[in-house]
Amino acid sequence: MSDTVLSRLLAELAGGRIRVVDLTQTLSSDFPQIVLPPEMGQAWPFRIEEASRYDARGPGWYWNNFSCSEHTGTHFDAPIHWISGRHLPDNSTDTIAVEKFVAPACVFDCSREAAADADFLLTVDFLRQWERRHGRIAAGSWVLMRTDWSKRTDPAAYQNIDETGQHTPGPDTDAVRFLIEERRVLGFGSEAIGTDAGQAFHLKPPYPCHYYMHGSGRFGLQCLTNLHLLPPVGSVIIAAPLKIKEGSGSPLRVLALVPQSLPAPGMSRATRKKSKTNGMRKRRR
Amino acid sequence: MTRPPVRPPRKNPILRTRLPTLPPAARSRVALGLTAAAARGRFELQVCRDCGTVQYPPREACRACLSPRLDWRVQDGNGELVAETTLRHSHELFFRERMPWRLGLIKLDSGPLVVAHLHGDCGSPPARVRVRAHLDRAGQAALLALPDKDTPHMADDRELRELTCDPKFRKVLVTDAKTPLGQALVEGLAGAGADLVWAGAAEPWKKPPGFERVKALPQVAIVPLDLTDSRAVKELAGEIGGRVDILINNADHHRNFGIAARDGVETARAEMDINYFGLLRLAQEFAPAMRARGADGPSSAVAWVNVLSVFALSNFPPHGTYSASKAAALSLSQCLRAELAPAGVRVINVFPGPIDDEWNQTLPPPKIAPARLAADIVTALRGGAEDVFPGDVAQDWLERWRDNPKALERELAAMPKQ
Repeated sequence: MSDTVLSRLLAELAGGRIRVVDLTQTLSSDFPQIVLPPEMGQAWPFRIEEASRYDARGPGWYWNNFSCSEHTGTHFDAPIHWISGRHLPDNSTDTIAVEKFVAPACVFDCSREAAADADFLLTVDFLRQWERRHGRIAAGSWVLMRTDWSKRTDPAAYQNIDETGQHTPGPDTDAVRFLIEERRVLGFGSEAIGTDAGQAFHLKPPYPCHYYMHGSGRFGLQCLTNLHLLPPVGSVIIAAPLKIKEGSGSPLRVLALVPQSLPAPGMSRATRKKSKTNGMRKRRR
Repeated sequence: MTRPPVRPPRKNPILRTRLPTLPPAARSRVALGLTAAAARGRFELQVCRDCGTVQYPPREACRACLSPRLDWRVQDGNGELVAETTLRHSHELFFRERMPWRLGLIKLDSGPLVVAHLHGDCGSPPARVRVRAHLDRAGQAALLALPDKDTPHMADDRELRELTCDPKFRKVLVTDAKTPLGQALVEGLAGAGADLVWAGAAEPWKKPPGFERVKALPQVAIVPLDLTDSRAVKELAGEIGGRVDILINNADHHRNFGIAARDGVETARAEMDINYFGLLRLAQEFAPAMRARGADGPSSAVAWVNVLSVFALSNFPPHGTYSASKAAALSLSQCLRAELAPAGVRVINVFPGPIDDEWNQTLPPPKIAPARLAADIVTALRGGAEDVFPGDVAQDWLERWRDNPKALERELAAMPKQ
């Protein structure tokens, strides 16, 4: 192969100088689905039924039929998902320009804040401080909120629901508007079950991340994992939803390409120390 | 006197688990009238409409006047034990394995002379007794004479226990322990002397009020169980299926919509997924082991309880799709009953009227309280019926349905929408 960008990329991948990191939770029936009041329409959890397993139902082969919502497991939200994005052009999984499915990522490490406060809200102030250290958020980037929420492998702890609802971190209204209006990001990604905080129903407007992101043609990624293996900047996300006609979203495999020259925070000495103290150290300024 | 109950010894694992045998099951069609009544917990005999003679055994015509106009009427069963015998030999395998076996001849106050199994606390003849019709292990009506007055530990009589599914010393799975009914069932079974109650719990992130109290009971083990999840049902059956003596399927999905009141099929599908397919998944995974354990010592597998709804008999349009899912479950439970019959495992269908819970909030009373329903289910396990209609509403509907199903259909359609 002649020396092209792609051939160099393949060489970097083959040589291990670019790692492929899986940001996807396993689709399994144990993984929690979003909880809505029971009188409302519900998102199906992932379910799987065996069609045959080298047996009388199909002697030489094994396969399953599965069912789930467009919003089950690690999944993509298209603009049509929200009422604010319902009239936008190319707003569903089948019509979004495929170029948008490969994009750079900025990762905001909110893991300490989320460990200290499950209702932590990402603020504009936080984002400006992040930019002072890592540079301006590039237009067209995925912005991913690392909270280490995916490390909560107990489904009850992951959902974190009490009598007042769900308590999971997310962005506040101003941060969402800043990311859209002043940084023109591609979309917002989170480790928790929604891009919005668990208590975001009480923000103005309710669910601001859904409302503004989708209302401006932007996307969402939810239930991500392994964000601790990504550098703050420099990785590339490959996130292509299933081509569902008029789909509002879809479960998908989210991959990140991570150059090895950029140390992931998960590999750094600081992070190792932090994990030993179980994330209970003082908040980083 | 019946001896106070003693915990059965542990199973000797080097001995083969015996296969279930059944008492004689063949009945004429007319004799099945006795079974039909016993299935609902009643003792009924044929009464001649022309001459008033009460007769036993059931026949095509009145033994006194040959009239074919015979009605099945409820009997109080009171009578006098006139003779008794103790069986020490039988060619029937079922009785051969249970020798000695006491039988009595009872002159009912209503006239006929009947042969009945004799409770150990019945005195020697002449003695006053109460005759009851219970379903036996073959699912057919058998007559049992109880002593005139209740005695201590009466339920533990050996012959009676062959006709009941008493939870005492047994291990029970309750498929949804999170609901008010599920919680009451778990507590009721623990109170009834169950050895162990597996309390099924779906969606561990939802913690309903009262569940912590149930979890704290010493006989209770919480097990993950979501009837919509085939793999989870299979996994749990793999872990505990070989030890479940009684399975109570109370998992239920209930929304109150007819056809026009809700767009789409999602709600109806969710109801079917738990109420119908949930039962199917459970039956596929748990029934095989229960079939194999129908004669597994004194605490063998004995019963499978489905909490259906009186709406299964005739559609209640304001809860139309729910009614349909329960009707589907009723049909499937008849298949399950046929498949469990060879093992002597009784399938008990419970048909409550509206339960006093969240999804019947706007229905006017009377509604059956979850605790009352749970108590009725435990009572049913100690009894001899397989179709149970607890509460006034269910009884009323049952009678209307038996009397004229078409009239009930019209009456339910005319009920105001809540």
